[in-house]
Amino acid sequence: MKVKIGAFLGGSLFGVGLAIAGMTQPAKIIGFFDFFGSWDPSLAFVMLGAIVVYTPVYRWAIRTWQRPIWAPAFSLPTREDIDARLIVGSAIFGVGWGLGGYCPGPALTSVGAGSEQAFIFGAAMLIGVGAYQLFMRVRERRTGGAVDPQAAAMIDG
Amino acid sequence: MIGVAAAGLLLFHGRIAGISGIAGGIFRRESGDISWRVMFIVGLFTAGAVWSQFFPLDYEVGIERSTLALIIAGLTVGIGTQLGSGCTSGHGVCGIGRLSKRSTVATISFMITAAITVFVVNEVLGGSI
Repeated sequence: MKVKIGAFLGGSLFGVGLAIAGMTQPAKIIGFFDFFGSWDPSLAFVMLGAIVVYTPVYRWAIRTWQRPIWAPAFSLPTREDIDARLIVGSAIFGVGWGLGGYCPGPALTSVGAGSEQAFIFGAAMLIGVGAYQLFMRVRERRTGGAVDPQAAAMIDG
Repeated sequence: MIGVAAAGLLLFHGRIAGISGIAGGIFRRESGDISWRVMFIVGLFTAGAVWSQFFPLDYEVGIERSTLALIIAGLTVGIGTQLGSGCTSGHGVCGIGRLSKRSTVATISFMITAAITVFVVNEVLGGSI
């Protein structure tokens, strides 16, 4: 129960953080990427700010903590190899981000805010996510249940 | 605030706060861990529903996109983040925060294509699509 409530509060805090940061305004996202137009660098500070908060906590936790508070162990990505999927997949994501102005978190929280555009984008996004995961599941079953290492490494993010 | 929420998810749940990864895991079975993912996303929705009552301008779209463009954008974000195993939060914040080489490469990759896409839409297509 506390795990669920904790996840709910985590999602809520994350959602409010995205809104305050301006990540839920597609025009602002487009402005950040518009290097040849009227470039608005403010979102760089959002990402930088989040990294500056996160990095020391992460380094301290993995060095000194045996386990997280509510789970038996940390579930962290272990892969270090760079492969084509990583680069191509991310490149495809970037096209969609630049086209729609939403990345996954802001899209979902904007659906909650009642934005019609976010709803269309978010529904299509979840269809894309679901289709990919179902496709991988079918493929794993065909290859005798072997879990695809890339899919298993989904916790990259 | 984004950093604090991500750090909290690490310290309490031992998880990376990557939205695309959290969402993708809902569609996979080998978990028993689907409920926290659903609750995190319910939290995201709720934040939007409540915050927008006080600050509706925080959710202003401000760009012209047709329904078809939004659908294509959503699909590419959905498929791309699963194939590339991460998005802005998982790769861009947590991944770079972990000094992960994979996430740094991924972030550079999606930043470049996003910038190219914006260039094409704004400078070649005149800003609306």
